Amino acid sequence: MTSTADHSHAHGDEHHHDADHKPPFFARWFMSTNHKDIGTLYLIFAIIAGIVGGGISGAMRAELAAPGLQYLGMIVDFLGGNGEAIDQQRHMWNVLITAHGLIMVFFMVMPAMIGGFGNWFVPLMIGAPDMAFPRMNNISFWLTVAGFCSLLFSMFVSGGTGNGAGVGWTVYAPLSTTGSVGPAVDFAIFSLHLAGAGSILGATNFITTIFNMRAPGMTLHKMPLFVWSVLVTAFLLLLALPVLAAAITMLITDRNFGTAFFTQSGGGDPILYQHLFWFFGHPEVYIMILPGFGMISQIVATFSKKPVFGYLGMAYAMVAIGVVGFIVWAHHMYTVGLDVNTKMYFTAATMVIAVPTGIKIFSWIATMWGGSISFKSPMVWAMGFIFLFTVGGVTGVVLANGGIDDNMHDTYYVVAHFHYVLSLGAVTSMFAGWYYWFPKMSGRMHSEFLAHLHFWVFFIGVNVIFFPMHFLGLQGMARRYPDYTAAFEHWNYVASIGYVIMAASMVIFFLNIIYSFVAGKKAEGNYWGEGATTLEWSLSSPPPFHQFETLPVIEAHHSADDAISPRPASA
Amino acid sequence: MNFGATARKSLTILTLMVAALSISALPQAGFAQDATAAAPVAEVAATAQPEAVSTAVAAETPAFEHYGPDMIKGQPTSGAYGFQKQYTEDGNYALWMHNAILMPVITVISLFVLGLLLWVVARYNKRANAVPSKTSHNTLIEVVWTVIPVLILVAIAVPSITLLARQFDPPPEDAITIKATGSQWLWTYSYPDNGGFSVISNMMKEEDAIAAGFPGQLEVDNRMVVPVGVPIRFQTTGEDVIHSFGVPSLWFKIDAVPGRINERTLTISEPGIYYGQCMELCGANHGYMPIAIEARPMAEFEAWVRSKGGKTAADLAAEAAAAEAEAAAAATAAAPAPAEAAPAEGAAPAAAETEAAVPAAAQ
Repeated sequence: MTSTADHSHAHGDEHHHDADHKPPFFARWFMSTNHKDIGTLYLIFAIIAGIVGGGISGAMRAELAAPGLQYLGMIVDFLGGNGEAIDQQRHMWNVLITAHGLIMVFFMVMPAMIGGFGNWFVPLMIGAPDMAFPRMNNISFWLTVAGFCSLLFSMFVSGGTGNGAGVGWTVYAPLSTTGSVGPAVDFAIFSLHLAGAGSILGATNFITTIFNMRAPGMTLHKMPLFVWSVLVTAFLLLLALPVLAAAITMLITDRNFGTAFFTQSGGGDPILYQHLFWFFGHPEVYIMILPGFGMISQIVATFSKKPVFGYLGMAYAMVAIGVVGFIVWAHHMYTVGLDVNTKMYFTAATMVIAVPTGIKIFSWIATMWGGSISFKSPMVWAMGFIFLFTVGGVTGVVLANGGIDDNMHDTYYVVAHFHYVLSLGAVTSMFAGWYYWFPKMSGRMHSEFLAHLHFWVFFIGVNVIFFPMHFLGLQGMARRYPDYTAAFEHWNYVASIGYVIMAASMVIFFLNIIYSFVAGKKAEGNYWGEGATTLEWSLSSPPPFHQFETLPVIEAHHSADDAISPRPASA
Repeated sequence: MNFGATARKSLTILTLMVAALSISALPQAGFAQDATAAAPVAEVAATAQPEAVSTAVAAETPAFEHYGPDMIKGQPTSGAYGFQKQYTEDGNYALWMHNAILMPVITVISLFVLGLLLWVVARYNKRANAVPSKTSHNTLIEVVWTVIPVLILVAIAVPSITLLARQFDPPPEDAITIKATGSQWLWTYSYPDNGGFSVISNMMKEEDAIAAGFPGQLEVDNRMVVPVGVPIRFQTTGEDVIHSFGVPSLWFKIDAVPGRINERTLTISEPGIYYGQCMELCGANHGYMPIAIEARPMAEFEAWVRSKGGKTAADLAAEAAAAEAEAAAAATAAAPAPAEAAPAEGAAPAAAETEAAVPAAAQ
């Protein structure tokens, strides 16, 4: 490693004038091999997908604000169906919930977390010039875009009762096989194939990069926790996504080529699909939250001006969450008719996950303990994350109990739970990461006032949306219903008001982006000051087009405590 | 395993209970029949033909009176915060576990984390604490925050495992079997132990339901009528796609999967109407295939069974006894000839004849 570093160093100076040489527009953005450009593309893509997915949730909240069907007919008309037909309206509801789920999971959270922040900051944080396989990085992104297009296209072709795939993001057989004729479900499944292939390629890229391209002296135990989180996430992707690919390929062949993997009359088993899906699906939820954990660790340490408390415990808690995440999948299937012993096992195994998660929560608080905290916008978002994720986590402990879950399964309690950990957890961590790194990526400071305002409006809005859903779920309101009996109107109306508040906070978010590009101050290299110690802060904002042509060296005498504070030797 | 023993023990108790109940229910059933038969149609010739009582009652009893809105027990309440009131023993145990163990634990944990965050905000902001400490390890506290959550989880696991074992108690041998078949988009309730009739249950039109005083989108045209207070062997299956039979006020949810039969014991503790809904996405009208259970005392349940052309346990026992008697008579009549014939060739046809005689006699 040292010799490589010397070698690069020897050539570093003479190539220096090339460091900021950018290709022309089309080559730069459509044939990109630069990890920062691809990261930017991923972030822009995730924002667009987020607008679509968030718009769909707005349509759903509008529909649910009052009993009866008010808006579905309009949407059916808009997508080329017959808005008068009540069956098509009801089918459209299923199309909306399916699209919302798939878009938010595969085309918003994953691209933003892993593709966006991961691509941007993993190479910067480990002192690497780029990802290991830059061209593979590019095709990962474009496969994701193609997948999104396939999903959007599915909404305009027949899915049985009406246009679009109305099978839920879980695509359970036999509703997704014999239960939905027409090409819409095929397009939706194909979109998962494309997004999944992109993610598998991305995962191999991250694993290779992190194992092989760390700067000299940066051992695994000195890596910043965000890099650890992406490493664990990449392994989860690599092990889980092929199982999803297999399951949905079997769906495709059941649908089109006469196989009967999941058709009971042909000797197949519908429950087999659920096992395969959730063997992927449960790790998937950790895929969505682990990079968030990593970002929160960086942010909390930065603004407390302290190293992360219990660095090794934090890193291996993520590894433990990743490992245990693979052996708890059937807690999504408590009511399918599992054996009592199976339910007992999955109850116990699921509760085990609360332990490493608790370690992370308490370690973040311990990191702040004794610190000298400045409440800049990323820190406020991070603290919001810690509280909201705790609330989402404890309802997970309730749901883990197989016997208790019998009355909560597929109700709004579950909807509230997973939105607290994802929409309020993962998304909050993404905004924390956004305000933490946006000036680094763009070179312009955002408005701290707007960022704080965004936080508070968002915080109030999402809580008003999702907290009442616990009550609805306990009272027995089922998921995936376009309409409800009069007794559910009260809390549904409140939740819909919450959506309007949340939507207002998004306006603030976009205003802040416009502000920073129009009037934002130029960002310094390390605009957060002494607490920000990872390698990306040793570079300018934005970093040069090619960074670390001279590899930084992490000195051997740095202990694990300095893991988050290596200093570039050649700076 | 421990719960196996528990299951066996409670099985014995339940068997005894059912035996006692059915014994006590028998004369009542008889009274009910007499009363219904006698009161409205006094001149019935039923007395002339005692064997025909059940059919006569079925044919001539006025339509079975279903419960009205005053008997609704399990339905959602507007603006409520918690679970619906529970009407099964397991449901009450689960409700206790949720309200007395889980809720306090999760509330305390959430408030504890919130309290720590607020303390950190107040005490360790940069004005209050200008110089940050460099502490990044404390083995003791790390052990503490690993071990205490483990202990809490163990404490939760004990009632949780108990609850699961209770929910999986098998029904007694002679429990009445009721099977719910989910199809797009209605439920079919079959009563194989009551003559094998079935009832198709569709959502009642919302306006009609509300006009009659029932909750919209929950009331159905034909309810699933079940006996109250006795364990029911409840089975589900799916006809086309996966559905799920969920009733919040009974703490009961079990998927209806094509190609499988899922079975669970259901014992409802009070007479009344309990509403539920399909809980697994099953296509366009997933939201419009509600469940309404009407739990009635055994005698009224049996009256309903007869009104549907089904047979009660007593009817079936009487039929079986009659058939047996006739078969015995036929056997004694037929016996002499083949009994003397060659045993290898004669016995089999004779047996076949006797068996063939049974269904004929049953009619």
